[in-house]
Amino acid sequence: MNSPQETVERALALSRADDCVVIVDEGSTANLRFAGNTLTTNGVARSTRLTVVSVAGQGVGVVSRSAVRPDQLAEVVEAADRAAREARPSEDARPLVEGGTSDGWDRPVEPTSIGVFGAFAPALGESFAAAEASGRRLYGFAEHILTSTFVGSSTGLRLRHDQPTGRLELNAKSADMSRSAWTGVATRDFADVDVAALDATLAQRLEWGKRKIALEAGRYETVLPPTAVSDLLIYLYWSAGARDAADGRTVFSKPGGGTRVGERLSPIPLRLSSDPGRPGIECAPFVVAHASSREQSVFDNGLPLGRTDWISDGKLANLMQTRHSAELTGLAATPQIDNLILEGPDGGRSLEEMVASTERGLLLTCLWYIREVDPQTLLLTGLTRDGVYLVEGGEVVGEVNNFRFNESPVDLLGRITEVGASGQTLPREWNDYFTRAVMPPLRVPDFNMSTVSQAS
Amino acid sequence: MRQIDPDFLALPLRRLADAALQRARDLGADHASFRLERVRAETLRLFDARLEGSMDADDLGFAVRVIKGGTWGFASGVELTPEAAALAAAEAVRVAEVSAPINREPVQLAAEPVYDDVTWVSAYDVDPFEVPLPDKAALLAEWSSGLLGRVDHVSAALMQVKEQKFYADTAGTVTTQQRVRVHPVVTAMKSEGDRFDDMRTLAPPAGRGYEYLTGTGWDFPAELAELPELLAEKLKAPSVEAGTYDLVIDPSNLWLTIHESIGHATELDRALGYEAAYAGTSFATFDQLGTLHYGSPVMNVVGDRTVEHGLATVGWDDEGVAGQSFDIVREGTLVGYQLDRRMALLKGLGRSNGCAFADSPGHVPIQRMANVSLRPADDGPSTEELISRVRRGIYVVGDKSWSIDMQRYNFQFTGQRFFRIDDGRLTGQLRDVAYQATTTDFWRSMEAVGGPSTYVLGGAFNCGKGQPGQVAPVSHGTPSALFRGVRILNTVQEAGK
Repeated sequence: MNSPQETVERALALSRADDCVVIVDEGSTANLRFAGNTLTTNGVARSTRLTVVSVAGQGVGVVSRSAVRPDQLAEVVEAADRAAREARPSEDARPLVEGGTSDGWDRPVEPTSIGVFGAFAPALGESFAAAEASGRRLYGFAEHILTSTFVGSSTGLRLRHDQPTGRLELNAKSADMSRSAWTGVATRDFADVDVAALDATLAQRLEWGKRKIALEAGRYETVLPPTAVSDLLIYLYWSAGARDAADGRTVFSKPGGGTRVGERLSPIPLRLSSDPGRPGIECAPFVVAHASSREQSVFDNGLPLGRTDWISDGKLANLMQTRHSAELTGLAATPQIDNLILEGPDGGRSLEEMVASTERGLLLTCLWYIREVDPQTLLLTGLTRDGVYLVEGGEVVGEVNNFRFNESPVDLLGRITEVGASGQTLPREWNDYFTRAVMPPLRVPDFNMSTVSQAS
Repeated sequence: MRQIDPDFLALPLRRLADAALQRARDLGADHASFRLERVRAETLRLFDARLEGSMDADDLGFAVRVIKGGTWGFASGVELTPEAAALAAAEAVRVAEVSAPINREPVQLAAEPVYDDVTWVSAYDVDPFEVPLPDKAALLAEWSSGLLGRVDHVSAALMQVKEQKFYADTAGTVTTQQRVRVHPVVTAMKSEGDRFDDMRTLAPPAGRGYEYLTGTGWDFPAELAELPELLAEKLKAPSVEAGTYDLVIDPSNLWLTIHESIGHATELDRALGYEAAYAGTSFATFDQLGTLHYGSPVMNVVGDRTVEHGLATVGWDDEGVAGQSFDIVREGTLVGYQLDRRMALLKGLGRSNGCAFADSPGHVPIQRMANVSLRPADDGPSTEELISRVRRGIYVVGDKSWSIDMQRYNFQFTGQRFFRIDDGRLTGQLRDVAYQATTTDFWRSMEAVGGPSTYVLGGAFNCGKGQPGQVAPVSHGTPSALFRGVRILNTVQEAGK
């Protein structure tokens, strides 16, 4: 097999199209999955994917193949060139991005392996033993992924990004399965994961769950922890496409036409942003687009990404879009970035401090099975999961039943009464796709618990 | 009948399998399997009859899975050489060894007959990958253009997949399979004042070829012709009054409710807790097998991996088990689960019913859903007859939003179209409708199922499960059915508006 850098150069040289972008993704993963204090599945995997974007006039052809051998390269490039020649003009066609070479372009790829769990796996085994001795059962998943992405173009781009992504989800249940608690962390290398400390947090929550309190459906003051906030805000982010907003299809559409950019969404001076350089949640500082869609364009490959405010000072500031859609909407070209940060005013309190100042309310652990009910209000439905706790007089007094909620995150931003201190969190619902988030806890005075769920 | 593509058969399938399985044996594996697969997927998306994006991608590679000392090990690779296959086998053994200290439940597999060099190809006529992309884009553009002018915008998409798998194990089974599936979707959009809405085609994804778009299995021109008027009516429709209604649910909606509240709830890995931290468990716990009153006596549900054009239909699963049909709910009582070989033996159920599946060469097989289907009544009523039995109710058509809790108790679904029923007759559409229920309450409220003429095979390409996340295609056949006293929400009121 060629190195990814050689593949990029050879594919660009083979293309007979007017212009060409070549993307090579080299991936490696290692994972451990466990249930009931024992391993269930595991594995290591490698992948290599070549994507050729050929441009002929205004037409574009995209072909993506895995595990391409050197003798197959010409066939893949020719397929993309042919598709471009046969294509109708693409409405997002723009001159390709021009640029230089990333530092470290020539460095070999260093894949991850099962060895990334060298210290973690024995620690997990010790936690299994401790949990077993204490009548707890641990369930969860540990995964480490390393993806090296190489983008080359006929306009001189030679960009590289190495993205480590790690996550641990840890779920503890009582032996009779009637009580459940969850926590999760995002990590770049598992060196910073303290399983015993996480298990101790879960043990405390299972203790809280020993006193059961039945609550009816209704609207409750609720403290949302950072993971729950991230899951709601990530959905908001994914729904913030400028084209759909301009077409009148989303919560960010302005009645009568246009978008709501500039409108106040929250009385609190919130900032929702993405920033490829944010320490701890670093991500690709340039556009990588394997296919065009309403929110991304293959012609934008290599476009530099910097900090982008989606909400600034409580007002909608930008919507996700391409250079093409920016021309249609008259807004700035602000492509999607692979992290998300919500911050309130300085001096926000910790989750524990917010709980301590709660007279009567609910403390959630996380949200689950979040789905869109109505795009025009961004009404979402979903469930509470793995611990809903009743707080009275600043202390957790017991665990209540789970609920189905119906809420719009956009509407919530207008109703929140407190924003806590932001920190890195692992989204519970969306961490298969999105792990890089910095979020605060939020206090909502009237969270809509639509119905009781019997799930425990 | 189609044959397996020669270019897949030309890959060094047996040489790689031999190298991997021999290395696994040499390193002390008690059992090993080798799977080489190629999954090719193409997606086209048009907006207002213009191509917005297309993607032609494949995933080619192999996987080796071993059991050593009672512990699983798995590794995959992409370089199709015997050396790389042997290396992956060694890596799989190492993964088993590293994992052994945290494994407390020795793995053993239920017995299965050996299938020596057998092949299977799904039922389709025209390989969609043999149709030039411009021709496919032109057909979608033609469909879209026919709607523009009567609606504001039209999006159209075509997803197509060809899946080729070679499997061999140390017991001697060798299988080679190829299957094809397609899913065309057209969505019409329209505004009226400040009100915007959309409506999409009901045509389900199907285990068919390109012929599905040109008249075999679905009448797209007829369905498209109805969309503008239905959408215009929906925009003018009154908002539903929240409360309790009788529902007649069309197969185009009910398949998804079956999927979420029966399909996932009767996966034995969920019932046993293997998915407890992620997809969740099930209220249908193993101790209730044979006794759980799941639904009304007219409820009969089968799991099936053999039905023609089913998205979960295979010849053999990813553990070398032959595709089968089996009962899950009989006359309202839970009588079966979906199994893989490990769980079948673990719970004393004898043979696996063939529900192991991996969505790609880089992923381990896990228990995935068969085509789980609700049986029609042999001499059951038509949809119109079911509607005629309702004094005040709603006829629900097409799927849209769905959500269900982690034990499959509480669910909430919306749909594409809701028609008010007054005194046994449809009296126009309603807006802002969601139905919400607890699974067993809902299925126990099912008074009648329609006859075979109402039966449709619905489904989805993208059922998610497992960690690392995997997607699986699955079909669900169902007749229309009548449910009494279901809670209806007004989604605008739920949003606090």
